[in-house]
Amino acid sequence: MSDLTPAESRDLRCVAGMMIPASAEFDVPGADDALIFADIVGTMGRDTAQVREALGALAALAGGPVADLDTARRDAVVLAFRERGGVAAATLSRVILQCYYRDDRVVRSLGLEPRPPFPKGHTLEQGDWSLLDPVRKRAKLWRDAPS
Amino acid sequence: MTNGGRNEIVDVLIIGSGASGAAVAWSLAETKMRILCLEQGDWIKQSDFPSNGRDWEARRYGDFDISPNRRGRDTDYPINEHNSAMKIANFNGVGGGTVMYTAHFPRMHPSDFRVRSLDAVADDWPIDYATLEPFFAENDRMMGVSGLAGDPGVPPRQPPMPPLPLGRTGMQYARAMNKLGWHWWPSDSTIATTEYDGRAPCINLGHCTPGCAQGAKASTDITYWPHAIRAGVELRPRCRVREITVNEHGMASGAIYYDPDGVEQFQPAEVVILACNGIGTPRLLLNSVSARFPNGLANSSGLVGKNLMLHPWPQVGGYVDERVDGDHAPMINLWSKEFYETDPSRDFVRGYTLQFARAGGVVSEAVDSESRGVLPWGAGHHQEFRKLFHKRLRIGIACEDLPEEHNRVTIDPVLKDSHGIPAPRIDYVISENTRRMMEHGIARASEILTAAGATNLFTSRTVLNTPGHLLGTARMGNDPERSVVNAWGRSHDVKNLFIVDGSIWVTSGGVNPTSTIQALALYVADSMKRRLATLFD
Repeated sequence: MSDLTPAESRDLRCVAGMMIPASAEFDVPGADDALIFADIVGTMGRDTAQVREALGALAALAGGPVADLDTARRDAVVLAFRERGGVAAATLSRVILQCYYRDDRVVRSLGLEPRPPFPKGHTLEQGDWSLLDPVRKRAKLWRDAPS
Repeated sequence: MTNGGRNEIVDVLIIGSGASGAAVAWSLAETKMRILCLEQGDWIKQSDFPSNGRDWEARRYGDFDISPNRRGRDTDYPINEHNSAMKIANFNGVGGGTVMYTAHFPRMHPSDFRVRSLDAVADDWPIDYATLEPFFAENDRMMGVSGLAGDPGVPPRQPPMPPLPLGRTGMQYARAMNKLGWHWWPSDSTIATTEYDGRAPCINLGHCTPGCAQGAKASTDITYWPHAIRAGVELRPRCRVREITVNEHGMASGAIYYDPDGVEQFQPAEVVILACNGIGTPRLLLNSVSARFPNGLANSSGLVGKNLMLHPWPQVGGYVDERVDGDHAPMINLWSKEFYETDPSRDFVRGYTLQFARAGGVVSEAVDSESRGVLPWGAGHHQEFRKLFHKRLRIGIACEDLPEEHNRVTIDPVLKDSHGIPAPRIDYVISENTRRMMEHGIARASEILTAAGATNLFTSRTVLNTPGHLLGTARMGNDPERSVVNAWGRSHDVKNLFIVDGSIWVTSGGVNPTSTIQALALYVADSMKRRLATLFD
């Protein structure tokens, strides 16, 4: 589990939901979904310090907890935060994205199987090797060199 | 090989078990000498690799990150790269960087060994392609290379396995290249396409770089090392060397290292071979200071650590309308040698290989698109992401990087590893010739992607932490004042000290270096075997 304070945790969940909201059109949860958020918080590990730094920067921009702002003010703060960029902001985005896009419901909505690559792997079509025919007819491109 | 806690002397001590250390160990094993390899990292099991679990993409930003500074394993050492235009990638473990490479396996070209004679820049190598050719072929057999003979872009070779399939992504590139009339060919790769020397064939796990759970990708822990160990070579993991010692005759006498318990040990040896690549090797030499060698071992030329070459590697990407292979296949697909050789009509000398890549996985697409600011937050996120994932094409431009002495590895005055050994510092800038080459490549790659129907093109000029090619910092040559080792890898200054890794390169070519590094290591081993009676003369 992460070492986030309750206020940091609330802000992180708020930001996750702003970043990726639920969608009825695509039948997917938002990144603030309980399961996904538990994954984010539970696997933050080595990224915790930078996530806290990012949340601190957000709170400073907001003048308090982001989650307590009204929607318009919250959007403005997050926009300013994203425009400022930096390693901590990138880490915050990544920890949300890497958990969101491995959730079974999300993966299925993309037409993929929710599983690790091994051991089943994937099928790769050979393709049309006759496309090489014009290349085979070319003269050598590499240069000889004096010994 | 210990005797009551004291290490017995070995004939050959190899430091580093990666691409070159494994090759030289295997080749020398037939001499029946007592050979020991010290490796600072661990054996990595196939079940440890990320593609075994659902967090396989996230681990590329953690314990399988290509940057040792971010990966931060206790077997890694930190690198001060603040003054470098490119960041450093490596891996420390049995197999070294071959555990964490893309398995793209081109060879240097004949012209790469004669850049002074042909193009009036840098220096010629003291050896040539023809000298290395039998060792390239031997290495292809040992590593297990898949590919297709008959490529007009490279000298003749006969890969032992058929090439990887073209797939949908390859077809996109192939049609575009044929439309432009430019050369392309399926890449040589060390990914097995058939059963080979105990390895299973590729089943398209994708994400080959952070290790292959199937064991289809050749890394030296599963290619050279099993053969070398069966032949009697000893490999001790988790043993980090601090310095090479010398005796009163100015010969290497062995190495001081920390064993897996962190206890300082001395390993005596008749011959020492360095195989730590272009940063680890100069770091060790510069840390091996003595009264006789106050500027570091083998450094009478002052060139240890200098002429670092890192291969600037811009990338151009774009998106097509239909789904392509995404991450459901090996990352590298095809190469083009259309712009490899010098063309006097261009505003730069030398050239580059174009590498045609597939895309990353769902998470990496999201993270990368977010970092480029093209993935919106809020209601538009889902619609936009579905236009991106598994629709990306990406071309890498493998630029030759010429040697310049101001690009260098030195010892950082403050930074140390977990054993207190001073860490390396990198100072590196990209030359004007290379910058012009990069822009030429970026323009050509953009033309190719446009011909493939891709839109929303984007360019990354120096991709962070790629490609991890660490070359040139203990160059070979015939002149002891202008080189660190001679034409067969022996130190000019210390006649029982050899270097076999990427640091002995004179120039860098425009290709991934592993094939040539290993051919060089086999060549040095062969040179040693042929001179055993007069090795120190």
